[in-house]
Amino acid sequence: MTAKELVKLKNVWVHHDNIPVLEAINLSIESNDFLGIIGPNGGGKTTLLKVILGLIKPSRGTVTVLGTSPERGRKHIGYISQLNLFDRDFPIRVFEVVLMGRYNRAGLIRGYNEADKNAAVAALKTVDMLDYKDRQVGKLSGGEQQRVFIARALTTNPKLLLLDEPTASIDPGMQAEFYELLEKLKENMAIVLVSHDISAVSIYVNEIACLNHRLFYHGSKEVSAEELEKTYQCPIQLIAHGTVPHRVLREH
Amino acid sequence: MFEALQYQFMQNALAAGLLAAVACGIVGVYVVVKKVVFISGGIAHASFGGIGLGYLLGINPVLGAMVFTVAASLGFGLVTRRTKLPEDTAVGILWAMGMALGIIFIGLAPGYAPDLFSYLFGNILTVPFFDLMLMLILDVVIVALVVTLYKGFLYLAFDEEFSTVSGVPAESLYLLLLCLVALTVVVLIRVVGIILVIALLTIPAALARQFTYSLKKMMLLAILAGIIFTFSGLWISYALNLASGATIILVSGTILFISLGINRLRRRTQERERTASAA
Repeated sequence: MTAKELVKLKNVWVHHDNIPVLEAINLSIESNDFLGIIGPNGGGKTTLLKVILGLIKPSRGTVTVLGTSPERGRKHIGYISQLNLFDRDFPIRVFEVVLMGRYNRAGLIRGYNEADKNAAVAALKTVDMLDYKDRQVGKLSGGEQQRVFIARALTTNPKLLLLDEPTASIDPGMQAEFYELLEKLKENMAIVLVSHDISAVSIYVNEIACLNHRLFYHGSKEVSAEELEKTYQCPIQLIAHGTVPHRVLREH
Repeated sequence: MFEALQYQFMQNALAAGLLAAVACGIVGVYVVVKKVVFISGGIAHASFGGIGLGYLLGINPVLGAMVFTVAASLGFGLVTRRTKLPEDTAVGILWAMGMALGIIFIGLAPGYAPDLFSYLFGNILTVPFFDLMLMLILDVVIVALVVTLYKGFLYLAFDEEFSTVSGVPAESLYLLLLCLVALTVVVLIRVVGIILVIALLTIPAALARQFTYSLKKMMLLAILAGIIFTFSGLWISYALNLASGATIILVSGTILFISLGINRLRRRTQERERTASAA
């Protein structure tokens, strides 16, 4: 399969009260990418995702999603926002949450039909959460909730998944399981995840970019300590994983 | 008590309680889960401007309140969504400006405003037939809108951002929800009055929430709770000769607190049993 360009950002600037949040961002996401964007809190990671989704309009530059505007193209994007933003007491069941993903097929007035319900069941099976379909979402663990929201995004067969701080509310023991799910999903779609947690991200993704108002794109996941320092603007500890046989700890 | 039921005013009072319970049960659930209680309080108080407008124009004050409150809610919604004015600041302004307009309008209206007190604090025993009919029509409108747009309102309340991404017309639905709150306030004015409306928009829904995590069941339970509150409040106020609106609110609050207490006790007993069986 040849890679197709899904998202293109050209010289994108976003200002919030005249303070630049994103500066001169150029980014291209292709159909087989598995990209991790890391950077400090307040570095503009969520803003970048919202620009791709058309929820925030850039003050300068152009955003193209599948050759069209973000508003038109975003039906092909599955978005998983930060988990801590939703009300744990909200009276809604897992199955209802997943069906939400089918809204753009059903529209405002029509009820959900068999095809919609089958898509929701299939998505729940993919994330291994079908047994939980009648549970209240807020009562599940962080990792289980994350899976439910991924299932919701999967019901529309997206070409791209955007995940905002996906590991923030998952306990460390469950993180490996979560990344294995992403490994499975990346066969069929591009995945972009943003996180401030460098170590967790870097094991699994294929490429890493660093974002702190400006985007430093590396094209691979070999990120040097100097580059990370440029992003975080302070000395950092770099811990290598995987095939690197030793830990590299830099002095503070 | 039961001989009282043969009086027309008592039958009207029961009908008013029933109609109020339907509106506040359904819309109150959205108010509680979407956390717009403070906004609803602002809308309720702003409706006083409409009561004053009714007096000034010489029309039924409840009709005046209906038009004025819907307009004020839409204005509030547009201002908070389109400008940088923080929402709670906007509520404070809506709240006080609505009441201020009411006072000015009543001052300008010729003559004396005789039943002003009943609009502020409600009097379920004196609801006129015309107002009952208006309450019925508003109930039908509210039920029809919520049944038709059920999933839109659910998604708006649960996850507005994802709704927008999926193409839900979130802003329009939000404005419509504020209008539903405005219409519910109008339905409730005659029963508990402008100042006490907020209690009936929150207590039945809060009570229902303890027993279910389905939004639909929550609405049905909240309606049932509303009926129990208005009927028992009416009965107590009639028997003890107390103000009906205030009695309904105090009965509602008391039942809610008893229920919260029982739930807490039950949970603690369950926990104790669990630790006992684990040991």
